[in-house]
Amino acid sequence: MDLNPTRPEDLGPILLLVNNIEVVYHDIIQVLRGVSLKVPEGRITALLGPNGAGKTTTLRAISGLLIPEDGEVVRGEILYRGEPIHGRPPEEIVRLGIVQVLEGRRVFKHLTVEENLRVGTLTRKEVHLKEELERIYHYFPRLADLRHRLAGYCSGGEQQMIAIGRALLAKPRLLLLDEPSLGLAPLLVREIFDIVARVNAEEGVTVLVVEQNARVALSIAHYGYIMETGRIVLEGDRDYLLENPDVQEFYLGVAKGGGRKSFKEVKAYKRRKRFM
Amino acid sequence: MSFLLELLVSGVVLGLIYGLVALGFVLIYKASRVVNFAQGELLAMGAFSAHFFLVVLKLPVVLAFLLALGFTALVGYLLERVFLKRLVGQPIISVIMATIGLAFFLDGLLHLTPYGAGSYGYPTFLPEGGVAFLGARISYAQLLALFLTLAFLFLFSWFFQRSTLGVAMRSVADDQMAAMSLGVSVAKVFALAWAAAGLAAAAGGVMVGTISGLNFDGLVHIGLRVFPVVILGGLDSIPGAVVAGILIGVLENLAAGFLDPYIPGGGTRDVFPFLALLLVLWFKPHGLFGTEEIERV
Repeated sequence: MDLNPTRPEDLGPILLLVNNIEVVYHDIIQVLRGVSLKVPEGRITALLGPNGAGKTTTLRAISGLLIPEDGEVVRGEILYRGEPIHGRPPEEIVRLGIVQVLEGRRVFKHLTVEENLRVGTLTRKEVHLKEELERIYHYFPRLADLRHRLAGYCSGGEQQMIAIGRALLAKPRLLLLDEPSLGLAPLLVREIFDIVARVNAEEGVTVLVVEQNARVALSIAHYGYIMETGRIVLEGDRDYLLENPDVQEFYLGVAKGGGRKSFKEVKAYKRRKRFM
Repeated sequence: MSFLLELLVSGVVLGLIYGLVALGFVLIYKASRVVNFAQGELLAMGAFSAHFFLVVLKLPVVLAFLLALGFTALVGYLLERVFLKRLVGQPIISVIMATIGLAFFLDGLLHLTPYGAGSYGYPTFLPEGGVAFLGARISYAQLLALFLTLAFLFLFSWFFQRSTLGVAMRSVADDQMAAMSLGVSVAKVFALAWAAAGLAAAAGGVMVGTISGLNFDGLVHIGLRVFPVVILGGLDSIPGAVVAGILIGVLENLAAGFLDPYIPGGGTRDVFPFLALLLVLWFKPHGLFGTEEIERV
């Protein structure tokens, strides 16, 4: 692995430090084998990698949502602003300012859009509901017109907006996004990621986004990690990753000589490379 | 005419009480998918504790009733914290068995007290007689129960529809993991649901006691009526519980008033409502207002 000149520390003070964690489900299935990553404050960090690499597990280890899935951090530590947070229940983590947007949106189908958003305010003491909802509608104008509709009847893109909006209402300092592009049309994916970039720039919310779609994630991320089979295999700032030939080959689908490669070719090549 | 009206009024009052008690059941089911078989015992507990506060401790009526509600809510809360918390995530049949066990246990506890046998009544605190309404006589006790159940129902529905905590409880019913991701404590929501169920049951019990006196078997019997009511209303629907409660209450009374004289054994009130229940389920298996899954097309 060649060295990347930029370190996460160079981008801002480290808000979250994941230090060599191992995660085991049901006391037996090991999913993470020593994952370390740093999330600089005020920036967008991307965690990329294929299906089953352990990206979601990493997010759940941070947000405490491993517990309901019978998972456990058995080794290593997770420090948030220098304080260990692994093993704490999710409601405590949310109060500390870390909120995860789950994969697959997971809106409350039988609640209206506005009620979905309100759930986000539950952990906070002082809530100015009206202004805060307006702030969310400012980022997601489409939700304003749908506020009284049941979330279950909203489109996929709208549901993703609800999921991000209600997480923002918990006033996170660190927002964890799990596959926000999943199952959405390319134009909508672009729209969602642009909004995430705006929220990051305007509100100063630090973002850690897990994605399979490396191209769109790196379009807004400042720093990125690449994960494969439970380990971080590559890291660097956006430009470094975009120029890295392996990343181009496997995650961006660009052939060595430039131009795009077919998915089939990439897959075959990737399989070969893994054996070698 | 006035006979019909009297039957209707007392049916509605009884039905609202059913609805209130069923609401407690629905809350627990909605939040945690636990079927609470101990709702009747909670009702009896509320009714008898009110009697205890009134007669033994000689407290004023309003205070005694409020204490009874608080006490039963506390019992509901503790039941969840002590027994059911450990069963979260276990197979549903174990949880159902546990609540049936709880029902027997509370039954036994009540039998340890003098309230297990015999009939009791609250000291009269309402004036004799009642008001005339289109030729029908409505007793003050019925009138009071009517207003109080309505007040409770409005209070509960306000809580669930409008308050942030109520919305959070509904969010747990919808998607537990997503609720947790936003910092909702699922354990607290379950305990709160049980406390609310205890409160609703106690309110129902106190009103039954005011209208028709206290008798252990009678009170538990009303608790059992919760099942046809919630199945008719749709297991997880709060308005469904109320509408179905009124429906069953009215049907019971009409059957008893008009059909009993023609049937040698009487007792049509125990059959007729269930006939209606079966008919409704025939056409609407989710009950009148039960949620059907939202599927986007």
